Amino acid sequence: MAVRVKEGQDVRKIVRTLVEQHGSEKAELIPILHEINGQFGYISDEAIKELSEQMTLPTSHIYSVATFYRMLSTEPRGRHVIQFCESAPCHVAGGRLVWEKLQSELNLSKGETSEDDKWTLLTTSCLGVCGVGPVMIIDNDIYGNVAPEQVPDILGNYE
Amino acid sequence: MKAFRSMVLVSSDPESMERGAQDVFSALQKGLADFGLEEEISLSMISDVSKSGMDPLVLVYPDAVIYGSVTPKDIPHIVEEHLYKGRVVAEKQIPPYDLTGRVAWLSARKGSLPAENRIVLKNVGLIDPENIDDYIINDGYEALGKVLKEMTPEETINEIKNSGLQGRGGAGFPTGLKWQFVRAAKGDKKYVICNADESEPGTFKDRLVLEGDPHAIIEAMLIAAYAVGADEGFVYIRGEYGLAITRMQKAIEQARAYGLLGEDIFGSGLSFNLHVHAGAGAYICGEETALIESIEGNRGEPRARPPYPTTAGLWQKPTVVNNVETLANIPAIIRNGAAWYKAIGTPSSPGTKVYTILGNVNVTGLIEVPMGITLREVISIYAKGMKNGAAFKLAQTGGSSGSIIPASLQDTPMDFDSYKKAGVSLGSGALLICNEDTCVVDLARVLLNFFRFESCGKCNPCRIGNQRSYEVLTNVSEGVGTEQDLKDLQMMSDQLYELSNCGLGQTAGSPLRDILAHFRAEVEAHTKLKVCPAGICKMSGRRVYQID
Repeated sequence: MAVRVKEGQDVRKIVRTLVEQHGSEKAELIPILHEINGQFGYISDEAIKELSEQMTLPTSHIYSVATFYRMLSTEPRGRHVIQFCESAPCHVAGGRLVWEKLQSELNLSKGETSEDDKWTLLTTSCLGVCGVGPVMIIDNDIYGNVAPEQVPDILGNYE
Repeated sequence: MKAFRSMVLVSSDPESMERGAQDVFSALQKGLADFGLEEEISLSMISDVSKSGMDPLVLVYPDAVIYGSVTPKDIPHIVEEHLYKGRVVAEKQIPPYDLTGRVAWLSARKGSLPAENRIVLKNVGLIDPENIDDYIINDGYEALGKVLKEMTPEETINEIKNSGLQGRGGAGFPTGLKWQFVRAAKGDKKYVICNADESEPGTFKDRLVLEGDPHAIIEAMLIAAYAVGADEGFVYIRGEYGLAITRMQKAIEQARAYGLLGEDIFGSGLSFNLHVHAGAGAYICGEETALIESIEGNRGEPRARPPYPTTAGLWQKPTVVNNVETLANIPAIIRNGAAWYKAIGTPSSPGTKVYTILGNVNVTGLIEVPMGITLREVISIYAKGMKNGAAFKLAQTGGSSGSIIPASLQDTPMDFDSYKKAGVSLGSGALLICNEDTCVVDLARVLLNFFRFESCGKCNPCRIGNQRSYEVLTNVSEGVGTEQDLKDLQMMSDQLYELSNCGLGQTAGSPLRDILAHFRAEVEAHTKLKVCPAGICKMSGRRVYQID
């Protein structure tokens, strides 16, 4: 999991530091958003406002970019983010049953975050590790050849 | 460089890492230290092209012994027996011919089986990708030296043109011609971009090149820069490919330290700076104009064309955009000459093609073979047949924008021309091979599900057409589809092709077209008999989507 910045840390200050490091050219917007997303787990309205001032870009532009890319989020996510590959190679290898098991085990549907903020369940397009499908990624850990009965054990690895 | 008597390599692609390659590596470090062998035997991690099921691999050179499915527990024995006493541990050894990549090392004989021919993957799995010296020893940067010293930019372009190299990203555009357009375009500043946003489902060839041989891409981009007159470049790597991003960054630093990147390279007058740009998760950014938008800091929405990137690309400057696999061919073509390259493959599609074999077959993995071999050969030779002896039903090529190839086309030569004539596409080189248990409606539904999420939403045919097609297919798979639904699917497939702005939308409807053309009876069984012949679809009789 990305290192979370503790509550109360100054979002605006961190954003300013990032802009200083990267420069304020528009081409740096996506790399900066990547870093904000990594540090906070998501990109808050406050971060967008500060970025807008520092980079002299409209907030609408920043918001439209932040919502376009799958790896960026404008909503807070759970402590652990599960990404399940739903592309054809994993599907053919038995992914459908794993996906059903994941949903029932977590009692979550696609895109939802659990009430205790532990899990966010997402689907993703191909991750390029199709040789070992079905594949899922929890935070930065890749699990391949996943069978439905392994799901509880895998989830048990996370606090 | 220090001289070692032996070299031990541990595979470190994500699949191996997932199976404990790091622990195997640590155990080897400890084992070598225990026997005092650190000064005699080098140990590195390499990316690897292996068949799945055998990772992680430990390779010992010069003995050319490969150990498969290695666990840390096996290491003390391997170190003591093989590395210390020189006796191969037969029970952990895997025969070289069991490795997909190795089939190929049989030399190509006329009239024999089509042997694998490594150009793109020449170094992958054999050199340490984090060490520039390893690349240089294996003919690395020789081609760059050749163009800078012996060839003019025009001669360089002609060499690539004469080789007949076509873009390997899916469209098959002649690479030399693209370079020529950029060279001819007016502009004080030009760019070279490597499209490494590999996101086609089932395709991971570019990842293995980036992870296993990053300097080949840098060298090729330098040659391209020299040929077209560019002084800056970007490698756009999809954000999910963490290892590829760090390896490429490291390779760029090493090349810079050796004076291979920067100002006035080796006094040749060529200046070239290279940056890595990580994507943020969007399939559409593999489309070259969307990729350019993304580098500029915008949403990855494709531009209207013309103007093409060759005249107005990154920041409206003339820009070459080449796929990783295309670039990986360049140094070999320059080193060996266009005639050598043209002799490989078929006359209309020279060279090799890297395929990822996936699905219901015995061996999955990566192969690089001459253009023009057939699907039947791929399945029987490289994939070692269908799993459990099941019958072959169809193959899906080139990720989601490829075609669904029915069994009747499995003897069609796989090259750009022959496939085009047969009305199908080679796509990006994924081969998802499916047996009789695959339902075509279910497969098309999964593919359309992908497109409805990955459509950027800029143009209506794609944004609405994919969503609606998915809904109709869902209804068909629930057993409430009608004859009219099939007509609508055909219509939407045609309209996606004719009206969409970019390649994503234009190809998104091809699964619909393919299943209706080749598997009509099976689709109609869903609508007329309310039966899924493969037994996959739910056929609940419940209408999931109300469509007016």
